[in-house]
Amino acid sequence: METIELNINGRKRTVHCLANATLVEVLREQFQLTGTHVGCDTSQCGACTVHVNGDAVKACTLLAARLNDATITTIEGLAQNEASHPMQKAFNECHGLQCGFCTPGMIMSAVDLVSKGGADSPAAIREGLSGNICRCTGYQNIVAAVVQGAAEMQEQSS
Amino acid sequence: MYQFKLHNVNDVASAIDVFERSDDAVYIAGGHTLIPAMKQRLSAPEDLIDLSGIPELDLIQVDGEVLQIGAMATHAMVAASSHVQSHSPAVADLAGGIGDRQVRYKGTLGGSLANNDPAADYPAAVLALGASVVTDRRTLAADDFFIAMFETALEEGEIIQAVRFPQVDQAVYLKFPNPASRYAMVGVMLARRDQEVRVAITGAAASVFRASTFEAALSENFAVSSIEDLTLAPDTLNADMHASAEYRAHLCKVLIERAIRAMSAG
Amino acid sequence: MSDSLVGKSILRKEDHRFVTGKGRYTDDIQQVGMTWGAFVRSPYARADIKQFDTTAALAAPGVVAVLTGEDVTADGLGGLPCGWMIHSKDGSEMRQPHHPVMAGDRVNYLGEPVALVIADSRLEAKNAAEMVLVDYEPLTAVVDPALASESDTLYDAVPNNLCYEWGLGDEGATEAGLANAAHVTTLELTNNRLIPNAIEPRAALAEYNSGTDEIVLHTTSQNPHLVRLIMTAFVQIAPEHKLRVIAPDVGGGFGSKIFVYSEETALAWAAKKLGLTIKWTAERSESFLTDAHGRDHVSVAQLALSAEGEFLALKVKTVANMGAYLSTFASSVPTYLYGTLLAGQYRTPAIYVEVDSVFTNTAPVDAYRGAGRPEATYLLERIVEKAAVEMSIDPAELRRRNFIGKDQFPYQTPVALEYDIGDYEASLEKALAMADYESFAERKKPAAGLGKLRGIGLSCYIEACGLAPSQVAGALGAGVGLWESGEVRVNPTGSVTVLTGSHSHGQGHETTFAQLVADRLGLPIDDVEVVHGDTGKLDFGLGTYGSRSLAVGGSALSVAADKVVEKARKIAAHLLRTEVDNIEFDAPVFKMIDSNESKTFQEIAFAAYVNHDYPSDELEPGLAEKAFYDPLNFTYPAGTHICEVEIDPDTGVVEIVQFVAVDDFGTIINPMIVEGQVHGGLAQGIGQALLERALYDDSGQLVTGSYMDYCMPRADNFPDFKVDMTCTPCTHNPVGAKGCGEAGAIGSPPAVMNAVIDALGGADLDMPATPEKVWRAAQRLDLKKIA
Repeated sequence: METIELNINGRKRTVHCLANATLVEVLREQFQLTGTHVGCDTSQCGACTVHVNGDAVKACTLLAARLNDATITTIEGLAQNEASHPMQKAFNECHGLQCGFCTPGMIMSAVDLVSKGGADSPAAIREGLSGNICRCTGYQNIVAAVVQGAAEMQEQSS
Repeated sequence: MYQFKLHNVNDVASAIDVFERSDDAVYIAGGHTLIPAMKQRLSAPEDLIDLSGIPELDLIQVDGEVLQIGAMATHAMVAASSHVQSHSPAVADLAGGIGDRQVRYKGTLGGSLANNDPAADYPAAVLALGASVVTDRRTLAADDFFIAMFETALEEGEIIQAVRFPQVDQAVYLKFPNPASRYAMVGVMLARRDQEVRVAITGAAASVFRASTFEAALSENFAVSSIEDLTLAPDTLNADMHASAEYRAHLCKVLIERAIRAMSAG
Repeated sequence: MSDSLVGKSILRKEDHRFVTGKGRYTDDIQQVGMTWGAFVRSPYARADIKQFDTTAALAAPGVVAVLTGEDVTADGLGGLPCGWMIHSKDGSEMRQPHHPVMAGDRVNYLGEPVALVIADSRLEAKNAAEMVLVDYEPLTAVVDPALASESDTLYDAVPNNLCYEWGLGDEGATEAGLANAAHVTTLELTNNRLIPNAIEPRAALAEYNSGTDEIVLHTTSQNPHLVRLIMTAFVQIAPEHKLRVIAPDVGGGFGSKIFVYSEETALAWAAKKLGLTIKWTAERSESFLTDAHGRDHVSVAQLALSAEGEFLALKVKTVANMGAYLSTFASSVPTYLYGTLLAGQYRTPAIYVEVDSVFTNTAPVDAYRGAGRPEATYLLERIVEKAAVEMSIDPAELRRRNFIGKDQFPYQTPVALEYDIGDYEASLEKALAMADYESFAERKKPAAGLGKLRGIGLSCYIEACGLAPSQVAGALGAGVGLWESGEVRVNPTGSVTVLTGSHSHGQGHETTFAQLVADRLGLPIDDVEVVHGDTGKLDFGLGTYGSRSLAVGGSALSVAADKVVEKARKIAAHLLRTEVDNIEFDAPVFKMIDSNESKTFQEIAFAAYVNHDYPSDELEPGLAEKAFYDPLNFTYPAGTHICEVEIDPDTGVVEIVQFVAVDDFGTIINPMIVEGQVHGGLAQGIGQALLERALYDDSGQLVTGSYMDYCMPRADNFPDFKVDMTCTPCTHNPVGAKGCGEAGAIGSPPAVMNAVIDALGGADLDMPATPEKVWRAAQRLDLKKIA
């Protein structure tokens, strides 16, 4: 059993887990942060995307035990001091989701894409989201949501 | 994933020490090839040695004419590095096109090279640019490094520490991604230094290779016309449900032509 | 309220929980003390099981129990049934091999479950599953459907592996039409096998309470009542009233979560047998192997035309792959959901279709988004386009000449259906204008100058949704009625709980249905809550499939809402001391016609439950009404899709440069949601045309067993789609809606392929049009001629 410290959504947590536990297993099973989903076993669908130290990564492909002292943000911790993050709001307003299963990962990827400056055109957004599979929406409204969310994030930070 | 013991180490010597005392150890860098394989139980090491605690393995620096990229530098770091962008822009482009955004934050140069996946991108850059692979015990020329599918010249326990890329005049990497996996179905890197042209091809065969007839023709005359009559023999190329060997051979040539045009235009 | 809610793009009520990570999918549910199940699966496509040895697995750490196919047999569990009886042309019943919950003596497809290991943790269950020793004797697998009827017989009771040999239409008239034709176009094609790939893998959590003898099964289902019915009445794991099935948030279905599968059934059975709470969640690799696959037809068709291009007859012969067993609705897909659609939007007077359904050693094949109708549309719209090219008639003009005119409805087709209404020309003309069809040549030329092959393709599809009426469906072999239930339950404070037998797993019912009911009752939408997916809360319902939810489920709610208004009028009459006939409902107020006195909806609701002078002898207290709505006919959404592509002949890469969809879904409640459904359908249809293919090798191993090889559409595969609507409201349901969930997946594949084939100068190409196939076709072209 490994013991590590994680900062999860702003709270310090001590985690005891097996060496082979993935981050997504720890988040879902130990902390009931079930907004982070698992949609595949080959690291391709992106449903498990969370932020680790500020980068969007696939939580199904990270060993939790290697993340000592990391800062983790999940979909549940994305909104700070507000009901929802601008990207969450944009997904609702642009109908960027249907069944909702890929949505948390998609939003976490989108926020990373925007905050690192990679969302300057619809084509760049489409390319930037190629690590997230959605089977419901045909992506069009997701792209629209990221465009809107990016504008609102910019407004907020300026 | 089966159970294993995770070893955190702070320097290369300890990593090797753990490796040598284990019957079945594997180093882990970004883990984006290894962890999926372990989850599918295709790989089951007893000991996993985490290289991420070793300081300075991810440094990117320019030393005279040479660009040195630490083995633990992630694809995202390489893509965004101003050193790489100014010294070897083709390498930055290549790194920025590996896998997807999330993978690029974790996957590393060293991990990619040590694994030598036939569809990986980096081997094409290392081979075409004539880079050298610096390990804990020696420096290997790119031409001596890649041996076969998932096989390199690395000895048991040997650790890649950095890759040294020489300055070239011009280079371009073009990839035809597998539509499903987005790995290279075919990837072609052309590099030019003085009159010498090197052409490395990944994705098409069991391991990355240099297209020597194309190199000779292009070193003679760097123009699309000079390779008009050349072909790659399909008999040594991969064939799967996505692409026959014949189609891969054709794509290689198309990408080489496009790379020549891009370099001639730029 | 003066503003109608119907027709407004109201933002979805359900979104907040999904965008904040508070959705609750089956795998999100954890119970204290629960155990985990892991299945042992066949590594062979076909093999005899000689022996199970569970000794090592039982001794492994954390293992609670191991159940095998032999235990299933010993407990006398019934097989998983197929709910639609098809009769062959000779009148004989279809042949249905026993579909065991877990195989005990013979496995028939790769990944078929043979044992269930239950342990304290997921990891322990998975580890122990590898220790169950199964002694197999591999047998030769039958994989190719085209050769199945001449291959080894898989089941003694199924000669030639033929499930049925079905036919529909007038063979004589069709042959006569072919004989008298000025031109006959012939087309052979394959409709590629697909894997649905809802992003949430199937999962189940089965709990057994020995105190009440009740099983509660949370599972990823599009229709929980059907799950309960099949598990109890057919498999007989428990009495129906002792099994509660809950489908909480479900992450997409596309058909694949309609069906009742081995794994969920085995879990519920094991929970009761062992007195445990057990969870199982499929890994994606398990989903690839065992979720029911879709499509998989091989067809040959002939279209007879007059010299003027008038369709005279259509003859079709199809071989449909059922896979190893008949899945829940498999038999109906290539028959009543396929053959009946072959008239399309046209007046073709004679049609004859024969379908041979065959068994193979592959995963069961069943309904996948569109189910039969995409296969019909693909065949018809490909052959129409080919005929247009062969006869040098503009493809749009050829279709126009043969359309059923908007004044010809109701229209009886030669393949059983009676279309109630439509205006096919309106959709075609609108789509042509949006695509700027007339000036295509002006775009083709500059593309050719850049070395690109540009092509344009049309598809004028029709579908039949809201499968119905029950009486007709029953006569055709349906095992259940095809109505839907709905309840409008007014709470004492005037808020409303709407209960529906439909199920939402992305379609937005919690908004659309609330909109519909709030509109009827004149209430703010936030006062209406939609409840679905729980057999413990709802009347029997048939769930969501076939784009039926609004047309059938919404109609039930419409009728129930009308009943609520009628009852409320009586209450208002009592409160206002007048006659019912003197009360009119001007939503949300009940007014006396001959005075200014009125009662609000809230006052009526309160009075219904808490009044002290309620005339109980004349009027029951309470204000809650249900309806079981049985449709009078199918609904017939239809439209035109136009695709424009550019092909790089050097690589074979196809780029969609424009995609236009104009659809007639009848009355639309929420345009935003409807457009979203169209987008999603288009992505799946275009995915089928260009990217997706499930492939088995000759031994029955699945080559495309992960996202490394099964090509899922991603964001950068598509342009923005141009979507618009026309509207002829459905004539026979109270909402006027026709259904919109499947249209995108039905209309788009032939539009894409017609465009690719047009770009390639008429090449013969099957889906998916992968780069290599397209490159090979381009190699055969004289590129100068095309340009």
